[in-house]
Amino acid sequence: MPDSTPSPRISRRTLLKAGIVAGAGLVFARWLYTSTAPPQPTPPPGALDARASEVVAAIAPVMLAGALPTGNPVLLQQVVAGVEQAIAGLPPAARKEIDQLFALLWFAPSRGLIAGVWAPWHEASSASIGAFLDRWRESRLGLLRSAYGALHQLVFAAWYGNANAWPAIGYAGPPPLGAAG
Amino acid sequence: MTAVLLRQTPLPDPFRAGIAGGWKVIDASALQADLALEADIAIVGTGAGGGTAAEILSAAGFSVVMIEEGPLATSSDFHMLEREAYPQLYQESAARKTRDKAINILQGRCVGGGTTVNWTSSFRTPPTTLAHWSRQFGIAGFTDADLAPWFERVERRLNITPWDVAPNENNDILRRGAQALGIPVATIRRNVKACWNIGYCGVGCPTNAKQSMLVTAIPAALSNGATLLTRTRAWKLDHSNGRVSALHCLGLDAGGTDPGPRRIVVRAKTFIAAGGAIGTPALLLRSDAPDPAAVVGKRTFLHPTVVSAALMPHSVDGYAGAPQTVYSDHFLDSLPVDGPIGYKLEAPPLHPVLVATTLCGDGAAHARWMRELPRMQVLIALMRDGFHPKSEGGTVSLQDDGTPSLDYPLNDYFWDGARRALATMAEIQFAAGATAVMPVHASGESYATWTQARSAIAALSLKPLVTPVVSAHVMGGCPLGSDRMRSVVDLDGRHHYLDNLYVFDGSLFPTSIGANPQLSIYGIVARLASALVSRLAPTRTALKRLG
Repeated sequence: MPDSTPSPRISRRTLLKAGIVAGAGLVFARWLYTSTAPPQPTPPPGALDARASEVVAAIAPVMLAGALPTGNPVLLQQVVAGVEQAIAGLPPAARKEIDQLFALLWFAPSRGLIAGVWAPWHEASSASIGAFLDRWRESRLGLLRSAYGALHQLVFAAWYGNANAWPAIGYAGPPPLGAAG
Repeated sequence: MTAVLLRQTPLPDPFRAGIAGGWKVIDASALQADLALEADIAIVGTGAGGGTAAEILSAAGFSVVMIEEGPLATSSDFHMLEREAYPQLYQESAARKTRDKAINILQGRCVGGGTTVNWTSSFRTPPTTLAHWSRQFGIAGFTDADLAPWFERVERRLNITPWDVAPNENNDILRRGAQALGIPVATIRRNVKACWNIGYCGVGCPTNAKQSMLVTAIPAALSNGATLLTRTRAWKLDHSNGRVSALHCLGLDAGGTDPGPRRIVVRAKTFIAAGGAIGTPALLLRSDAPDPAAVVGKRTFLHPTVVSAALMPHSVDGYAGAPQTVYSDHFLDSLPVDGPIGYKLEAPPLHPVLVATTLCGDGAAHARWMRELPRMQVLIALMRDGFHPKSEGGTVSLQDDGTPSLDYPLNDYFWDGARRALATMAEIQFAAGATAVMPVHASGESYATWTQARSAIAALSLKPLVTPVVSAHVMGGCPLGSDRMRSVVDLDGRHHYLDNLYVFDGSLFPTSIGANPQLSIYGIVARLASALVSRLAPTRTALKRLG
């Protein structure tokens, strides 16, 4: 179920690590977070909240440019659902890390300071999202490269696991199995 | 997500038939109450080690309980779909990672363990590796000749035979390219029977051709009266005065990711840890098993692997046909085992999710490569880690919630090999006629000629999370040996300080194997489990042999 209360779930440790990048501004963000809500327990499996869905729905069309047909909300929704399903299959410790990543990306101050995306995700331009992805992929910080890697793996697995992606790549899908011969 | 296509195949599913016939299989996620079981022998894990041990011990007349963290999925459940198989059959949805996320680990987690999802490649432990164990670790009695009868026995049992069908094009390009350069190649032996050559070994064999533990040893053990617990995480061993008395397990929830409400305790006379080289050290660490030299979980090896993608002028269809049938050990055999890191060359299956998540970058460039999937050819180089002082492998430790994490630093010794391997693979791909080669790397650059590729690879920035590194083989962490300062179990696989605890899986190895490890695990565990039978019940065995 979507979480309607925007309760932040970033741990202090994650923000501290990320703070190396963004300096004092991020210290402010951390203060804002830790002073408004304590870290929450590991989310239950299957819960990709509305905030994470919004982030994925914004990032996926840019990551999948040239692969995901544009202007097709049904396919985009399938990617979001595929990401949700993939996260649900992870153990609690990994789910918690992913949850923190999405919380960091969703929360406006950290989104701006760390990702460099200042507009809310649903209003952010493809160019600004592409620049964010490039920056993280090529970052000197292993932490940001690993965060990019997580987004990369989730989004590409969600799309290319979907049979709707296969005609464009010439993959016919699994062969039919007849009766044992 | 789109509705899952439920394909009803008319193929036989002997495992389901066995359950219908009364096999004792308990899914802990469906238990209505906690459970206590007693047995002669409790075996944690049902992969290559646990499965082999379960068959041998149950055949000798011991009562056996098998404890498996993953679910039971059988051939009727295998629909050849990555989106189903990775979450269902692999650790962490096939996205298990080392602590800094720099290495992605493909590791099975289901009944049959890695054997249910591996690519069927079967190699005896290389003599070079065994000689190194003897020389460097003082391991006696594990020579090629000592192990040969055990390999022969397993090869017969699992129908391990040379693949005499023509290789698929993805593998044949490795053969042709290497031969054009004078690099020797050979054919991989496979544990299959009446294989359909369709190429979906990695997502569960839908025809039961693969002679995995799921199809061979575990059904045999169940027919011998063994009990199989699934979705059951072995959590902690109770021990005192040098003996283990009980194993406490967590029943997982229906999704298989989180502990559910049920607890299971297994009391046994003998305990066997065979949860793989991450799971077994974690069980010993959680249990505070005596480890005065702090060896448990250290020296964990992965055969860290780098990848090279190429485009061919013709169709390759690397998703079709037996996934691994050709290999080259030239870059292992031509280097001293304890010199610069050597590597084994193989080809992987090219299914869409595996390819899309391995290729770097995003957007139009990534999409362009994916559209070429039918013409794509991919080689992998598996590094032989653990043979040099600068190759100490990784360390398994426990996270706050008690689950394991593997820290595996990638150092310059490794990257030197990675760079040589990327060059080798590109050269082979061009020699086979590739029109473009892309060493898989964050730069996403590809090259049209070997000359271009060679100079570019020499200058590539190779570092964690810039050059993707993958692993499908986890080994070490509870090495066998007679030196208690450097080993966890003795040469019988028995724990140095807990008399009735044995380790029977890939965590026994003091180094990596230098080859796909399943046959090494089968053969060595077959020997250790047979010796255990003799030790526990000499009379019963003698009678059985006479009978």
